[in-house]
Amino acid sequence: MSESQTTGLQLSGLQTTPSQTVGPFFRHGLEWEDGPYVVPEGTPGAFRIEGTVFDGAGLPVPDAVIETWQADPDGRFDHPDDPRGAVRWKDFRGFGRSATDPDGRYSVLTVKPGPLPVPGGGQEAPHLNVSVFCRGMLVRLVTRIYFPDEEEANTADPVLTSIDDPARQATLVAEIAESTPTETIPLGYRFDIHLQGEHETVFFDL
Amino acid sequence: MPTSRPHTYRPDTPSHPPVSWPDYKSNVGRAPHKPFVLLPQRLGEITGPLLGEGRVGPNDNDLTLGHDGEPQGQRIIVSGRVLDGDGRPVAGTLLEVWQANAAGRYRHDADRHPAPLDPNFTGVGRIITDSDGRYSFTTIQPGAYPWRNHDNAWRPAHIHFSLFGTAFTQRLITQMYFEGDPLFAQDPIFNSVRDPKAREAMVAKFDLATTVPEWALGYQWDIVLRGKNPTPLEEEDDDE
Repeated sequence: MSESQTTGLQLSGLQTTPSQTVGPFFRHGLEWEDGPYVVPEGTPGAFRIEGTVFDGAGLPVPDAVIETWQADPDGRFDHPDDPRGAVRWKDFRGFGRSATDPDGRYSVLTVKPGPLPVPGGGQEAPHLNVSVFCRGMLVRLVTRIYFPDEEEANTADPVLTSIDDPARQATLVAEIAESTPTETIPLGYRFDIHLQGEHETVFFDL
Repeated sequence: MPTSRPHTYRPDTPSHPPVSWPDYKSNVGRAPHKPFVLLPQRLGEITGPLLGEGRVGPNDNDLTLGHDGEPQGQRIIVSGRVLDGDGRPVAGTLLEVWQANAAGRYRHDADRHPAPLDPNFTGVGRIITDSDGRYSFTTIQPGAYPWRNHDNAWRPAHIHFSLFGTAFTQRLITQMYFEGDPLFAQDPIFNSVRDPKAREAMVAKFDLATTVPEWALGYQWDIVLRGKNPTPLEEEDDDE
C-alpha cells in the first residue's frame, strides 16, 4: 500500500470518509434477526458455513462481525453494475451478516455460488467475499471463502493462484464439515479466521 | 460480445487508519502481520448488497421515539449527504447508526461504565438516503465515556455509522464526532487517521439552519464513499 502512488489519484476526487473501529458495542446496532440468512431456511441445497474468529494468541474473538457477499448458484448478481445484467434468483439475498458469539463463532446459511467469468478469459472459482470487523481493528479486513470440493476450479482461480505459498493459499479454503444429528440445518463447511499468528488468514488489499 | 469493462473503484488507502496502530491497545493482538494480497476488482467486488426500504421501520430515523417516555439529554438532529468520490449522491442507500446515551452508556451487557442506562433510549437507528443522497435523523447528544486503553482514557462523543454504498468495495464503518470536542487530542482511535484533513472529515459541524427552533440542535455531516475510476474505453478491452 504505497501512499505516494495513491495520493496522486485522489486529487481527482473527494477524499473517502475514514474508516473507524466498529467498537465492542455494535451488537444492538448491527444485529439483524435474519442477518445470517443469505437464503431462507428450507431452501433446497442450503447449508451453513460456520467458523471461529481467533486473535494472535489463538483466543476466540467474541466481538467481531462477519459479512459475506456472493453470486447466486448460476454465478449471477442481482445488481445493475454487473455488465451481464441483474438477475434475481429465488429469495437469494447474496449478503449474510453474523456477529460472533461468546466463543468467537459465526454462522451463515447459504448456497454454493457459481463460478464467475473473468474479463479477458478464465473463471473465478466459486467463493464468498468476506468482510471482518471487530473491536481492535480500525479498518475492515477482507478475505474469501473457497470450497474444498472445487479442486479443479480452485487450481485455475486467478486470486488463489496469485498466492505462491500453498499454506497461505489453504487459509482461504473451507473444510467440509458434518452436522451432528441434533442439528436441523445442515452444516456444510467450516471456515476459521485467524487475524494474526502462525495460521494467519490471507487478507486482501481491495 | 463487445462490452465495456465494468467500473472499478480507485484506491483510497491514505484516508484510512493503518492496519496496525498499537496506540489502540486491542489492535496489537488482532491486527494481521502479513502483507495484504492484491485483490483485483471483478464482478464480486463492484457489486454489493443493495439494502433499502425493506430494512427500515417507520420510526427508525428518530432514536428518541419508541419508548414509554422521552430520553434524557440534549435533543439533536444529524443530517447530511452520502456522496461518492466524485461528489455524486448515493441515493436509496442504508445507513445504520448506533451510539451511547446522554450519560455515555451503551445498551450492551459488556459496557461496565457506572453511568445510568436510560429506559427511554436504545441508541439504534436506520435511515435510507433520498434521491439527493440526503439523510437525517433525530437523536440525543451522546456522552463521552471512559475506557481502559491508557491512563484516564476517554472516548470523545461519537455516533457509529455503517454504510454499504453500491459495491462491496465501498463498504464503510466509521464514527462521527462533534465539533470542538476537547477529548480529540488524547484519543488513539480518532488520531489513527493520520491525514489532518481526513480527521476533520469525521467531525460534524453545528448548523443553525438544521437547528429546529425550540426543539433540537442541528449538525451537518457529509459522508464520502470510495469513488470510481474513470470509465474505461472500449478499445482497451481485451480481445478474445
